[in-house]
Amino acid sequence: MKHILKILALLVAISAFWIGLLQASVIPESYTWLLPLYFIVSLGCYGVLMVGVGLMQFPTCPQEALLLHQDILEARDFLKNKGVDVGSN
Amino acid sequence: MGNEQKENSNKYSIIIPTYNERLNIALLVYLIFKHLPNVNFEIIVVDDGSPDGTQDIVKQLQSVYGEDRIPLRARPTKLGLGTAYIHGLKHASGNFVVIMDADLSHHPKYLPNFIKKQMETGADIVTGTRYVKGGGVHGWNLMRKLTSRGANVLAQTLLWPGVSDLTGSFRLYRKSVLEDVIGSCVSKGYVFQMEMIVRTTRKGYNIAEVPITFVDRVYGSSKLGGSEIVEYLKGLIYLLLTT
Repeated sequence: MKHILKILALLVAISAFWIGLLQASVIPESYTWLLPLYFIVSLGCYGVLMVGVGLMQFPTCPQEALLLHQDILEARDFLKNKGVDVGSN
Repeated sequence: MGNEQKENSNKYSIIIPTYNERLNIALLVYLIFKHLPNVNFEIIVVDDGSPDGTQDIVKQLQSVYGEDRIPLRARPTKLGLGTAYIHGLKHASGNFVVIMDADLSHHPKYLPNFIKKQMETGADIVTGTRYVKGGGVHGWNLMRKLTSRGANVLAQTLLWPGVSDLTGSFRLYRKSVLEDVIGSCVSKGYVFQMEMIVRTTRKGYNIAEVPITFVDRVYGSSKLGGSEIVEYLKGLIYLLLTT
């Protein structure tokens, strides 16, 4: 099934649940009408939170630049001896 | 793992599109040979008519390592990444294909990890991820990291891709899987990489991940301006609707 259909099905299910809540009057109606708004705002907050957490935990690897530099020296050395032109770009 | 090396009868075709990578291609080839000592592989260089003499360097490398190990499959002009892979695929004699960047941002030392992971899990695709523990990025400022993280969260929410690094281009594919998917991918640039991995997820292929480190070598010229962001959003919506 196409992905967009899965998402639409999910939205339809959530909408049906919401309409069911409106009909059943289990929760005061004024509150129920605002539920979609709360849902969207929560989703937005969750997104911002995930971005923030991800940013704080963003994996960095400063030592890799140094290791790469060493690898480059080793490579240039080997290749120069084999006659490959490794002069600067 | 015991001392005996598991018999690996697979052949790996490493496809490297190049444009003006005269120095990097030599270093890359050296490092690949260094890190894959007992593996049957070939390095297919798809050069798009580089004016800096990249192809001459490849010919010099061929005389060091053997022309059959480094087939040069050049094209006359810059024709884009997707078609470069398709072109390389046509000449690939391996049953597995590796794609990686030519500028040394992808380090060949991870190649054994890709191979090991594939053999352990039987996966159809092993994709390198920069965003997990053991992986990482060097050379990005805060703004770049923020954009990357925001883009990733958005893509995860909308597409449920099943991988942590969508735009990465350091991957090992079973050749038949790559052939199956690449024909239906029409995007350009990094959206192309996203499209590839999302389409393989949708088709139900088995995808495994290995952490990789990424050293950004394009200092500043990989700018993420407004137009790139717009392209990305358009690509996301396209993938949301068509995959």
